[in-house]
Amino acid sequence: MNKQSNVYTIIYIIVLVVVVGAALAFTAMSLKDRQTDNVNADKMRQILSSVHIVPQEQSLTVEVYNSHITSTFVVNARGERVDGDAFSIDMASECKVPAESRRLPVYVCTTDDGATKYILPIYGQGLWGPIWGYVALDDNGSTIYGAYFAHESETPGLGAEIEKSAFSDKFVGKNMWKDGRYMPVTVVKAGQKPAGDEDYVDGVSGGTVTSKGVAAMLGACLAPYESFLKTLRAE
Amino acid sequence: MAEKTSNKSVFLNPLSKDNPVVVQILGICSVLAVTAKLEPAIVMGISVIAVLAFSNVIISCLRKTIPTNIRIIVQLVVVAGLVVIVSQLLKAYAYDVSKQLSVFIGLIITNCILMGRLEAFAMGNRPFASFLDGIGNGVGYAIILIIVGFFRELLGSGTLLGYQVVPQAWYDAGYCNNGLMILPPMALIVVACIIWVQRSVNKDLQEK
Repeated sequence: MNKQSNVYTIIYIIVLVVVVGAALAFTAMSLKDRQTDNVNADKMRQILSSVHIVPQEQSLTVEVYNSHITSTFVVNARGERVDGDAFSIDMASECKVPAESRRLPVYVCTTDDGATKYILPIYGQGLWGPIWGYVALDDNGSTIYGAYFAHESETPGLGAEIEKSAFSDKFVGKNMWKDGRYMPVTVVKAGQKPAGDEDYVDGVSGGTVTSKGVAAMLGACLAPYESFLKTLRAE
Repeated sequence: MAEKTSNKSVFLNPLSKDNPVVVQILGICSVLAVTAKLEPAIVMGISVIAVLAFSNVIISCLRKTIPTNIRIIVQLVVVAGLVVIVSQLLKAYAYDVSKQLSVFIGLIITNCILMGRLEAFAMGNRPFASFLDGIGNGVGYAIILIIVGFFRELLGSGTLLGYQVVPQAWYDAGYCNNGLMILPPMALIVVACIIWVQRSVNKDLQEK
């Protein structure tokens, strides 16, 4: 057989690609369940870190999550509960929807001392790629109990510092409401003050764009929760 | 066609005097990127060994049937397939490490060592010799990664595989971690130091 003929070449590459494609499809199918479990466990770990709970071992994440996150529900921008599974909502696509029709997940956490905390997911843009996180509020709907931030590709040592607890711990104790008005916490350059009298934290030095991204993310993603937080305050 | 050499030298040469990283200067990109910590460096090393060994064997088995004009495409398809499988396995069984390695597992496809070995060795040698060549080159690459990862994590973070090794007493006495070690330029400098040491030991590697 002539190995240099066009027919041979075309048949050869078709057979090869089909075989490799089948092998890949088989691998992807057989590993899919484990991969989804890993992704979910990682999301649970992130949610738990916003309330300062770190599972002692990675394999315990799901267990710890189930024992602390007592319920989850979805609200809309008017603060009313709507149907849906909070955990499976993808914030990246939800943030593209106009605020009034957005589905807003809320995770309710009971800490070891019996207090109730409300965890709200946030999602935004940093300098190089997406950034996201979780903000945990006390049951007064205002005081921040803890926060967790993560990023995909911010600069190590600069913007990437937002994922360190040194940054996220600065949010603890800040308030989302001032004198009955909704005023989300913002991030400003170290040494500066925001225009209004809202609570603020210092941004990461050298990570200006990422810090601005965090401020924008807090503003844009928490604003639709305003009505929900108002009902919390009324209770 | 590579000259006839014994299986032993096929395996041992890439470890030192024909090392893909410090002698042939291939695959430097990933050495810079994944060696800030020891653990990802080890996982990356193992992944490259696996991909290199299996792709060498597969290409060597197919070598008599591959049409010459599309041989690079065939090599790429085989390598890409194996790399995706490795990356899927990592996502399923070592999720944290696969997050740290992120795109670099995918970039094994473009690692020059792979195409170099397939083209220079597997296309002209029997499967078993190709397997040894793949393992040898993979281990040669992994050794450098691990040495660089060892020094960068030790000096940059004071830890090894995540465990604290530099005692707290040193920090109290004023010792500081070298933040520069975490950044990619130091990987290049550590690689350069390895090259320096290796060439002073191996006189025949020195250029006249």
